[in-house]
Amino acid sequence: MSILRYAIYRFMTMLLTLLVVSALVFVIINLPPGDYLSNQIAELRASGQSAGVAKAEFLRKEYALDRPLYQQYLIWIGFIPGPQGFSGLLQGDFGWSFEFDRPVAEIVGESLWLTVLVNVAAVLFVYMIALPLGVLAAARSRTWVDYTSAFVGYLGLATPNFLLALIMFYYGHKYFDLPIGGLMDPRFEGEPMTFEKMNSILIHLIVPTFVIGTSGAAAMMQRLRANLLDELGKPYVETAIAKGMAPSRMLTKYPLRMAFNPFVADIGNLLPSMVSGSVLVSVVLGLQTIGPTLLTALKTQDQFLSAFVLMFVALLTLMGTMISDVLLVLLDPRIRYEGRET
Amino acid sequence: MTHLPDGRYVDDAPYDPQASIQQLERRDLDAPNWILIWRKFKTHKLGLISGIFLLLCYLMLPFAGFLSPYTPNERQSDHLYAPPQSVQWFHEGEFVGPFIYPITAEADLETFQWKFVPDTDTPLPIRFFCEAGEYNLAGLIPSDTHLFCAPEGATLFLWGSDRLGRDVFSRIMYGAQLSLTVGLIGISVSFFLGIILGSMAGYFGGKLDWFINRIIEILRSLPELPLWLALSAAVPSNWGPVSVFFIISVILGILDWPGLARAVRAKFLSLREEEYVRAAEMMGASSGRVIRKHLLPNFMSHLIASATLSIPAMILGETALSFLGLGLRAPAVSWGVMLNDAQNLASIEIYPWTAIPMLPIIVIVLAFNFLGDGLRDSLDPYQQ
Repeated sequence: MSILRYAIYRFMTMLLTLLVVSALVFVIINLPPGDYLSNQIAELRASGQSAGVAKAEFLRKEYALDRPLYQQYLIWIGFIPGPQGFSGLLQGDFGWSFEFDRPVAEIVGESLWLTVLVNVAAVLFVYMIALPLGVLAAARSRTWVDYTSAFVGYLGLATPNFLLALIMFYYGHKYFDLPIGGLMDPRFEGEPMTFEKMNSILIHLIVPTFVIGTSGAAAMMQRLRANLLDELGKPYVETAIAKGMAPSRMLTKYPLRMAFNPFVADIGNLLPSMVSGSVLVSVVLGLQTIGPTLLTALKTQDQFLSAFVLMFVALLTLMGTMISDVLLVLLDPRIRYEGRET
Repeated sequence: MTHLPDGRYVDDAPYDPQASIQQLERRDLDAPNWILIWRKFKTHKLGLISGIFLLLCYLMLPFAGFLSPYTPNERQSDHLYAPPQSVQWFHEGEFVGPFIYPITAEADLETFQWKFVPDTDTPLPIRFFCEAGEYNLAGLIPSDTHLFCAPEGATLFLWGSDRLGRDVFSRIMYGAQLSLTVGLIGISVSFFLGIILGSMAGYFGGKLDWFINRIIEILRSLPELPLWLALSAAVPSNWGPVSVFFIISVILGILDWPGLARAVRAKFLSLREEEYVRAAEMMGASSGRVIRKHLLPNFMSHLIASATLSIPAMILGETALSFLGLGLRAPAVSWGVMLNDAQNLASIEIYPWTAIPMLPIIVIVLAFNFLGDGLRDSLDPYQQ
C-alpha cells in the first residue's frame, strides 16, 4: 500500500468517525427535556403574547423540530429533505440560532478561524518549549536542570488552566503591559485583515498560547526526556563516546532522531486536551473563539448552534490526528500501516 | 536437645540440608507480593509522603465540620470580603497564647471599599472545643462542638471571607468533601466500565473487540471538556445538589474509561495465550472465572496505579465544570464553586484570598501524581 492510499484510507475512517460523532453529539444535545422553542412557546403563552407564539411555531416547523428525533437528525445532517428540501450540514447550511435569532454561520463566522489560530499557536508553542527543555533535561539528567524542569512540569500539570489564565492575565498586564481580554484590539473587530490587525492579534495571542500550551508542553517534555534517556543507554552511544565524538554532536546526530517520533505521534493525544483547554481558557479570557459561544449555546439549549460548535471542535481534533498519523508514516519507515493481518 | 551417652548434645529436630540455603535465598521470593511492593514503595519518599498526606485528607472529610470554625453557609454580613486575619501569640511582648485582634469594617470614601481595621489593643484569645454553628458529624450525628472558633463578638477568618461574608477556610474544608470524593466516584465508574469492556474485548476478540475498539478510538479522539459541558448541561436544573454531584461524577467517569479499557485489552491480548489460561479453560472454568480469578489479579496493581494517576484529571474536571457554572451549584460547596467567585479580574486584584481554593487543588493533584508515580515504580518488586 502506498502512502497515498494510506492517506485516503485514513481520510475515509475519519469521515466515518465524524458520522458517528455527529450522531453522538445530536443525542447529547437532545438529552435535556424540551427544547429552546417549546420552552419559549410555553413562556410566551403564559404571558399571552400570541404574535411571538406564531413566530416560534413557524420556526419549529421550519427547522423540523416537530418531527421524530431520528428524522431531525437526518435532516440536520442533510441526508433527507427537510421543510426546505435538502439543507443540512452537508449542504453547508448550519441551521438557525434561536438565542441570537441569526443563522449559525453568521454567528460563528470569524471565530472559527480564530479558534484554529489559537490552537495552532498553542501546538507550536508546545513544540518550541518541549523540545529544548526535554533534550536538556535528558542530557543533564539528575542535575538541577532536570529537577527544576520536572518540578515546573509537575506544577504545570497540576494548576487548573483557567486559574493560570486569570493569574497570567493579571500579572502579564501589570508587569509586561500585555493587553487584557479578547484576541484583538476592539477597533479591528469586523475589519478586513491588515498588517496592524495581525500585529494586534499576535500580541493578544501571547497569554492564551502560554496558558493552553503549558500542560501539554509539560507532558510532552517528560515523554521526550524518557525516550531520550532510553536511547542514551544504548551501546551505540557508548561507542560514539568511546570514539571521541563531541557530546553535543553525538546527541543531535543519533539519539535525538530516534526520540523524535513521539513528537509527531503524540499529537493525537495532545490535540483533544489542547482543544478542551482552549475552550475553557477562551471563556475565562473572553477570546472571540467558539468557546464562549458553546457555553452560552449549551446553557440556553440553543441546539443547532451548540451542535455545530461541538462538531467543529471534533472535526478540528480529528483532522489534526489524521495529519499526524500520515506524517508519522512518512517520517518513520518502521511503522507499518497495513493493519495487523499477519 | 538430647544428651547422648558419649557426652555430645544433639538437636532433636530432623536435619534438613536444604534449610539454611532455602531460608536465605527464598525469603524474598516467598513473601507475598504486596509486602515486596510495600518494601519498595517505602523507599520512594515523595510517593510515601504524598500517600500519607492523601490518607489524612480523606480521613479528615467526615470531621470537616468539627475542624472548621464556621458552617459553610454562615454569613457575617458586616464582614464582606474581610482579609485573612493572622493568629498572634504575643501581645506587647507578652505571651498570651493563640489570639486575634478583632477587625471592624470602615468605609473608605476614596476607593469606595470596605477597609478592615484591626483593633490592636484588645487581644481576644481563640476558643477551643467551643460551641458554634450546628453541623452533622460524618453527615449523621448532629453536633455543635468545634475544635476552635472565633472569640465572642469577633470573627476568625483564617483565610479571609468571601463576597457574602462566609469564611473561606471553613468553606475549603467543607468543599473538600465534594471535590475529593468526585474523583473517587468517577474513578470507580471508569474502573468498572474499563475493566468489563476492556477484558471482554481482549479475551473474546473478534467482532466484539473490533466494536469496543472503535468506541474507544472515537471517545479518545474527542476533546473532553466540550463533551463534559454538553453532558452536564443536560442535567436538569431542578435536581438537588446531591444528585447533581453524583451525576457529575458519573459523567466524568463515563468519559474516562477508554484509556483504562485500552490498557486492560492490551494486557488480555498477551495473557490469554498463556498456558495457565489454557489449562484453566480445559478444566472447564467458565470465561467469567478465567477473567476474574486468573487474568485480572495479574495486573490489578497496574490498574490501581494508573487509576491513581487519573483521579487528578477528574478533580480538575469537576473544578472546571463548577467554575463555568455547569457543574455543582450553590448551595453545594466545592472548590470549583468557590473559585467561581474569583472568576473576574477584580477579585484577583482586590481580594486575592478568594482565589485561595486553588492551593488545595494544586497540592492534592500534585500528591496524587507523586503517589501514582511511586506506585508505578514499585509495582515490579523484582526489578532493581
